[in-house]
Amino acid sequence: MSAKDTGVEDRRDPMKIARGLGSAQSGVDHWWVQRLTAAALVLLGIWFVVIVLRLLHADYATARAAVAQPWNALLLIAFVLTMFWHAVLGLQVVIEDYVHTRWKEVVLLVAIKFLAVLGALAGVLAVLRIALTP
Amino acid sequence: MGEFTLPRNSKIQPGKHYPAKDAKNPRTFRVYRWSPDDGKNPRIDTYEVDLAACGPMVLDALLKIKNEVDPTLTLRRSCREAICGSCAMNIDGTNTLACTCAIDSVKSGDVKIYPLPHMPVVKDLVPDLTHFYAQFASIKPWIRTQSPAPDKERLQSPEERKKLDGLYECILCACCSTSCPSYWWNGDKYLGPAILLQAYRWLVDSRDEATGERLDDLEDPFKLYRCHTIMNCTRTCPKGLNPAKAIAEIKKLMVERRSA
Repeated sequence: MSAKDTGVEDRRDPMKIARGLGSAQSGVDHWWVQRLTAAALVLLGIWFVVIVLRLLHADYATARAAVAQPWNALLLIAFVLTMFWHAVLGLQVVIEDYVHTRWKEVVLLVAIKFLAVLGALAGVLAVLRIALTP
Repeated sequence: MGEFTLPRNSKIQPGKHYPAKDAKNPRTFRVYRWSPDDGKNPRIDTYEVDLAACGPMVLDALLKIKNEVDPTLTLRRSCREAICGSCAMNIDGTNTLACTCAIDSVKSGDVKIYPLPHMPVVKDLVPDLTHFYAQFASIKPWIRTQSPAPDKERLQSPEERKKLDGLYECILCACCSTSCPSYWWNGDKYLGPAILLQAYRWLVDSRDEATGERLDDLEDPFKLYRCHTIMNCTRTCPKGLNPAKAIAEIKKLMVERRSA
């Protein structure tokens, strides 16, 4: 931002601006986990689509019984957790890319994390209620 | 966030028209013009150039315009053979070097010429690359060693030297970085493809001993990880290099030194 924009004279050397606050010493975890969850979602996603297709014309009792199957319940929970995890990592990148007002960026980054945790917990609770209720 | 139109003082106005008299083979060039001195908005000037009396490259046409028609047209140029990187600009929608871009390669319509995108403009086709150069210096683009200096050169095998091919040819023209949307939106912190390719050039140099420190400096959500493999950099590089591949290799090194 130039002096004209802010009215404040900027006498910093270009090197001061380029080096900024330095390296955050992070980012690899984000990148790696995004790829791990993506790989997991390929497998879990295929499984999920198959399950949904098989239940296409099923009545409520049949669908409920299918979800209550131990393997199905386990994989459903895995699918819900991985999906929200992956989604929050992706949304974080989009917000960091495009939201350049710092307070809005922070509010959004925190909000998506809260919402993702709530969404994931709700999904897990729903599956568990069906799986554990006799 | 949410800026969908140009600021009022950046909106481009129609400019002057310079017809070519008695031209045997006229071609129209539409060139971005802006001067910091007159307080006016940028404009597009239209120049007709007789290609029968002009060299084959876009730079030839620009210099013909500057020499014979309009001496106020401002641009950088030096070597006219793609080794200095001065005449990088946006020609027909693609960042490239005016000196090696044939006028004939712009197939149809007028030849549209703009400065490199999303950089502050100094004047006309001259972008302000101060921050770009500071970012380059910030990666310490020189050999860094801990072992004592030998009496002669630090030796390198032909195979080790081969790893620098496709990297050392970069002339820092900034075509790739200024074609990258991530660099447009976050260029204040994102190093961009050109600087990351240079960073990789030192990471793979068999003689450099600061690999770990270099990776430490790059390990950052913005400096490195704003690259989303959009690949504009590789498509536009006038030297045929592959900055996207270099960035992917840096990301691989980052994973390599940690546990999966």
